[in-house]
Amino acid sequence: MTRLLQWLFGRLPIGWLQLSHNRTRFAAALAGVAFANVLVFVQLGIMNSMAVATLKPYGFFQADVMISASDANSMTEGANVARQWLFQALADPDVTGGAGIFVGNVSWARGEKTLGLTTFGVDPTLPAFLSEAMARKAATLQLQNSGILDMYSRGLPRDEAAAIRPQSPISFEVSGKTLTLYDTFAGGGGFGGDGYMMVSDQTFLTLFPARKSAAPDHILLHLRAGADPDVVAARLRDLISDKSLRIRSYEQAGQDDLSYQQTRRPTGIIFGFGVIIGILVGIVIVYQVLSTDVADHLSEYATFKAMGYRQRFFLGIVFEEALILAVLGFVPGLVVATGLLAGMKAATTLPLAMTPAMAGMVFFGTLVACSVSGAIATRRLANADPADLF
Amino acid sequence: MSDDFPISVAGLNHSFGIGEARKQAIFDVSFTIKRGSLTVLMGPSGSGKTTVLTLMGCLRDVQDGSVRLLGHELKGAAPAVSEDLRRRLGFIFQAHNLHGSLTALQNVLMGLQVHSYGDPQQNYRAAQHALTLLGLGDRLDYLPANLSGGQKQRVAVARALVGNPEVIFADEPTAALDRESGMTVVAMLKKLGAMRGTTTVMVTHDNRILEMADRIITLEDGRIVADR
Ligand SMILES: Nc1ncnc2c1ncn2[C@@H]1O[C@H](COP(=O)(O)OP(=O)(O)OP(=O)(O)O)[C@@H](O)[C@H]1O
Ligand SMILES: [Mg+2]
Repeated sequence: MTRLLQWLFGRLPIGWLQLSHNRTRFAAALAGVAFANVLVFVQLGIMNSMAVATLKPYGFFQADVMISASDANSMTEGANVARQWLFQALADPDVTGGAGIFVGNVSWARGEKTLGLTTFGVDPTLPAFLSEAMARKAATLQLQNSGILDMYSRGLPRDEAAAIRPQSPISFEVSGKTLTLYDTFAGGGGFGGDGYMMVSDQTFLTLFPARKSAAPDHILLHLRAGADPDVVAARLRDLISDKSLRIRSYEQAGQDDLSYQQTRRPTGIIFGFGVIIGILVGIVIVYQVLSTDVADHLSEYATFKAMGYRQRFFLGIVFEEALILAVLGFVPGLVVATGLLAGMKAATTLPLAMTPAMAGMVFFGTLVACSVSGAIATRRLANADPADLF
Repeated sequence: MSDDFPISVAGLNHSFGIGEARKQAIFDVSFTIKRGSLTVLMGPSGSGKTTVLTLMGCLRDVQDGSVRLLGHELKGAAPAVSEDLRRRLGFIFQAHNLHGSLTALQNVLMGLQVHSYGDPQQNYRAAQHALTLLGLGDRLDYLPANLSGGQKQRVAVARALVGNPEVIFADEPTAALDRESGMTVVAMLKKLGAMRGTTTVMVTHDNRILEMADRIITLEDGRIVADR
C-alpha cells in the first residue's frame, strides 16, 4: 500500500503512514465512514424502490395522455372523472382513441392474512391500452367475475401464485361475489397495497356497486403517431370544459406522482432527511478524525515547515487522508449496504437493490464529503509555527 | 560579498508580546559570519540565543534591523522567499522532532523530498548513507518510538545534513547525545565546513565544542557582550 501510494504521489505517503500508524483511530474512522455510507445507501435504496414502486402501475398500461381528477396525486388516489371528457377529447384531430380505467381496493381474506389488492378495472376489448404482457392475458378477463393476479403479492406464497393458471384457476369471495383468478402477472413491491389485480370494467362494477360506468378514475388517450403528448395535453386543457381536471402526458403523470411521493408524502420526506443525516454524520466523523490528526502532528508539521515545505504539501497530506478514508470506508459500506438491502428485499418484497448508479453516486458523494471535511480540518494547520520548535 | 559572508546581521532589535506586556529581548545585535565557519552562540538562559537563531533561520519575522541570509534581505521578505531559503538550510532542534509515523529512513528522506528534483533511488541511497555515517545503518526501518534518545537525535542530524544545506542552525544539538556521538556530530559539521563550505551556527554550552569553534559570540540580556 505504502509503495503504491508512494508511486502515485511521487512522495512518501505521509497521510497514509499517519493514519495507519494509529490503528484504533484508523479503524474507528473507517467504521464511521462505512456507517455513514450504509445509512445513505439504505435510505437511497428505499427511495429508489419507492420510485420503482410508484411507477409500477404506470407500466401496466400504454397511453400518451392521461386525464385525472384535480386531487389525483397518484394512480390510486383522487376522485373520478366524467366519461364525457373522453368524448370531448376525441374531437381533437390528434387523439385517436381513449379508454377509462377504474381503481379500487379489494380485500382477499385468506385465513389469518388478508391481502389488500389494488385492483384495476379495464376494458378487455381494448388491449391496446394495456402493456404487451398484460394484453396477452386480457382475453381471460372477458369472462364475468374473473381476474388476473400479481404473482409477487406480499403474503402470497410463491408456489401458490405459480399454481394459478387458466387450467387450474382459484376462486375467492369478495363482497358476496365469487371472483376467479385465471392467471398471474409480474407486479410487486408497493408501499400501498400488498399487490395488484386486474379485472374487466364490468367485473369491477359488480365488485363496487357504488361506482358508475360513466365515471372512471382516469381516462387514457392514444395519439396519432408523431404527435407531441405535451402539446396535445395543453390543447386539451383548453378544449375540455372542466378546467379543474389534470390533463398531462402519461409520462408527466408518472413523474408528478414520483415527485409527490418523494417530496410531499411523509415517508418520502423522512427518507430524504435520512440521506442528509447520513451525509452529515459522515462529514462530522471525518472532520473529527482529520482535525485530531492535524492537532496531534502540529510539531511534525512545524518541523516540515521549517524545512521549507509549503502549505500545498500540508493540504496534500490532509486531502490524502480524506481520500483514503473515503475510498477505504466506502468499500465495507458498499458491501454491508448491499447485503442489508438484499435482506430487506427478501423480508418486504419491496424492489430494494444496490444499483451501479447508486454506488457511483454515493462514492462520488463520499469523496466530496470527505474533501469538505478535509478542507475544514486544514484550518488547524495554521497553528503549526516553526518558531515554536526551538 | 554574500558568497563569503552568508549571514550578516545589523542593528537587530526584537520584542515579544504586545501593549503593556511588550518586552524587548534583542538589542542592537550586529555581526557577520564567514562561509564555512563554525560559530557558537553562548550566554545565560534567556539571553536571546534562540531568538537570534530563529530570526536568522527565517523561522521568525524580522521586526527591526537587517538580516541578510544567502544574499536575501529577510526583513519584509515574502513568505515564498523564506520558504525557498529554508530549503537551503538545515535545522537541528533541541528536541529531535522526528515524525513518529515515519521510519528513520523515511524521516531522513523528508529532508531530501523538499527539493523537487532528485530521483527516488538516489534519494534513498543518500538517506541510507547519511544514517550509516551516523552509526545508524542497522536502524533504517525503525520507528522513532523504538530508538533511544541519542539515536533519535542522530536521525534528526542526518535529516538536516542529507540535503546538503548551505547553512546549518543547531540549538543545543548535543544535549541529548552521549559525549562520543556529540563529538562525532560536531566533527562532521567541521568537516562539511572545510569540504563544502557549509556554515554552521550553533547554540551550545559544551566546552569541548567551544574549543573547536572558529568564533564564539556571547549574548547577555539580548546584547552581544563578547565576540572572538
Ligand atoms: N515566544 C516568546 N514569547 C514571549 N517571550 C519570549 C518568547 N520566546 C522567548 N521569549 C523571551 O525572550 C528572551 C530570550 O529568549 P530565548 O529563548 O531567545 O533565550 P535563550 O538564550 O535561547 O535561553 P535558553 O538558554 O534558556 O534556551 C527571554 O526573556 C524569553 O523569555
Ligand atoms: Mg534557547
